[in-house]
Amino acid sequence: MNRRDSLKAIGLGTLSAGLLLEACKTETKKTEETTAAAGETPAGRQPFEVERDKKLNADKFFTAEEMATITVLADIIIPKDEKSGSASDAKVPDFIEFIVKDIPDHQTPMRGGLRWLDLQCLNRFGKTFTDSSKAQQIEMVDLIAYPKKAKPEMAQGVAFFNRMRDLTASGFFTSEMGVKDVGYAGNAPNKWTGVPADVLKQYGMDNVSFS
Amino acid sequence: MSDLQIKKSTTTYDVVIVGSGAGGGMAGYVLANAGVKVLMLEAGAYFDPAKDSQQLKWPWESPRRGAGTTRPFGDFDAAFGGWEIDGEPYTTKDNTEFSWFRSRMLGGRTNHWGRISLRMGPADFQPKDGLTDSWPITYDDVKPYYDKVDRLIGVYGTKEGLENEPDGIFLPPPKPRLNELFIVQGAKKAGVKIIPGRGAVLTEALPGNKDRGACFFCGQCGRSCKIYGDFSASSCLVIPALKTGNLKVITNAMVREVITNKEGLATGVSYVNKEDMQEYQVNAKTVILGASAGESARILLNSRSAEHPGGLANSSGVVGRYLHDSTGSSAGGFLPQLMDRKRYNEDGAGSVHIYSPWWLDNKKLDFPRGYHIEYGGGLHMPSYGFGHGIQNMNGMVPDRNGKTREAGGYGASLKDDYRRFYGTQFGMAGRGTAIARYDNYCEIDPNVVDKYGIPVLRFHYKWAPDEIKQAKHMQETFQEVMHNMGAIYGPPAGPETNYGLEAPGKIIHEVGTIRMGNDPKKSALNKWCQAHDCKNLFVVDAAPFVQQGDKNATWTILAMSMRTAEYILQERKKLNV
Repeated sequence: MNRRDSLKAIGLGTLSAGLLLEACKTETKKTEETTAAAGETPAGRQPFEVERDKKLNADKFFTAEEMATITVLADIIIPKDEKSGSASDAKVPDFIEFIVKDIPDHQTPMRGGLRWLDLQCLNRFGKTFTDSSKAQQIEMVDLIAYPKKAKPEMAQGVAFFNRMRDLTASGFFTSEMGVKDVGYAGNAPNKWTGVPADVLKQYGMDNVSFS
Repeated sequence: MSDLQIKKSTTTYDVVIVGSGAGGGMAGYVLANAGVKVLMLEAGAYFDPAKDSQQLKWPWESPRRGAGTTRPFGDFDAAFGGWEIDGEPYTTKDNTEFSWFRSRMLGGRTNHWGRISLRMGPADFQPKDGLTDSWPITYDDVKPYYDKVDRLIGVYGTKEGLENEPDGIFLPPPKPRLNELFIVQGAKKAGVKIIPGRGAVLTEALPGNKDRGACFFCGQCGRSCKIYGDFSASSCLVIPALKTGNLKVITNAMVREVITNKEGLATGVSYVNKEDMQEYQVNAKTVILGASAGESARILLNSRSAEHPGGLANSSGVVGRYLHDSTGSSAGGFLPQLMDRKRYNEDGAGSVHIYSPWWLDNKKLDFPRGYHIEYGGGLHMPSYGFGHGIQNMNGMVPDRNGKTREAGGYGASLKDDYRRFYGTQFGMAGRGTAIARYDNYCEIDPNVVDKYGIPVLRFHYKWAPDEIKQAKHMQETFQEVMHNMGAIYGPPAGPETNYGLEAPGKIIHEVGTIRMGNDPKKSALNKWCQAHDCKNLFVVDAAPFVQQGDKNATWTILAMSMRTAEYILQERKKLNV
């Protein structure tokens, strides 16, 4: 079955399928042209956005040491399991490097939080976070990963870890690996006919009416 | 020595339209199709959803994963611009607040809007409580145009027979998502009326239209639609109007003022071309402003002349006055019943699937008028922000083994939590009537110009107790609905935030700045949206609204603009304009 037929098979009218294929074709062609003529603004992007992205990608915010710490932390937060890879497998540290440049409000809390973490480890273990043993790293993380039971003197660490956890989740679950992991099934032409019957039944929602 | 000069065109168009959104787009569409030679000036770039939409892109195709850094509604959102635009400031006065959203692009803000398409009702045009001025027209005057807009553009919904929520000519609405079924149950239990949504999305092919495809349910209307399956002024009005050969569009043309002659009539407009930064003047027999409530008022106030010393069409002094935006307050939570739910494609349509029209009687309440509620929730595409704040959720429900776990955490169990919570969240947002008040206004800031040298707007807007009490009522309603859904949620927004009432301008429904009326001393436009002071000047955006109902403005802008354009056609036949 070719793409046009498959679009028809899922319930799209001939007109929609045709227009969608046409639109996608235009875009593919456009992308190729864009690649060929470097400097041309991609469809639907504003020139200032393209410039800005280029600059952000060329800039570097975190040091190599900071990136190493981010990588260890991200993999502690989202490790590899039987279903999918780790945060670093999904290139979460690269995403964090980009997003702090894109949203500068993250910069000081992230940089300062990483330093706070290293100082805690130096005082406790005589080593920075990344030089500490795996067991020591976990011991440290346990002190800041649970907001409700963390000691008051750990509050700054809790705030940092909450941010680090959020950015790791954003980076992982918006990657191809993460989207597959969480089972998002959309972003594909279809005909929405409501919640599937077995799901309606599961939640006792088969007979919900508006009036 | 500078080579700056004003380039004056020798051509005289029948009509020049400023702005290409819902108002300008519709006027251009009607006039061009009737054979009128129209020039349309748009302050931003050309935009064709078929080529420029970011539809069907995956989150990883954005380096910021869809975050709203350069576009307030996310990296894939169609709107160029936002509440702040570099080089185009606006100011506020007396420590008041106003946020002004501008989309500089073909189709304006219609490329990304929520497509929620509600007619205003009889009581919105002719209020029975005497609190605000009546419109110079009734629902019955506008109804035929609402009908024509429904047929031309397409809107889904259901016939409900509600007095002040008039039915339209509807396509079938999309069915509720799972979370939304819980909302329907919760709302009904709370005594809150709830009905299928009304949205400008082609859930079926639009009869007689070969240029637009039917919706394929990606839920991404905010990105604009490559197959024109929803309404944008670009895809549905301006681009089709260009095909008539009667419409010419100049993009990146930032209008400075309307030019008038000694008789006080409009002869054209002047603009700066953002590409070559040169100054231009174009001539037209009729001038139509559709630049948005704020921008059209700004143009008029900046169009001063000996004949119009207080600004064009402003002998009444009302231009800029009576500015009002919808009220907005929201809440959300998650449904613990839906943890570990089965996955399926639940994108649905990109407008609301369900909503609550205003359901109460004001006689028993401590605030006037009312609000509607928009709802949403489901298995949406992950984007920046996914799983944020999980530490506020995962300590509130038992883990897989039925044990309470410590909030926050890391590692395999946390990774599993993100999966378990996916698709359990929902949100609800009230959108209500704000009263049009003389003391809420925009004016020209005497001290500030934008980068083109055009004097900018200065806003003065304060919420009154009417709006704050309405937001309080919204919060109380949300709590009751969420309780009845069996949801987990936070406490209501309290008095310290005005009950979550958003700053004026944040809902992007601002209207009222060039009001209609029968009395030229108290209004700027007559019942045809024609200036009392200048008979060949018309306004077709939301500026003419005397008083907005709780209904989102777009459908009324479209109907009113069509009505005005047809009036212009009649007057042209009579050689009056």
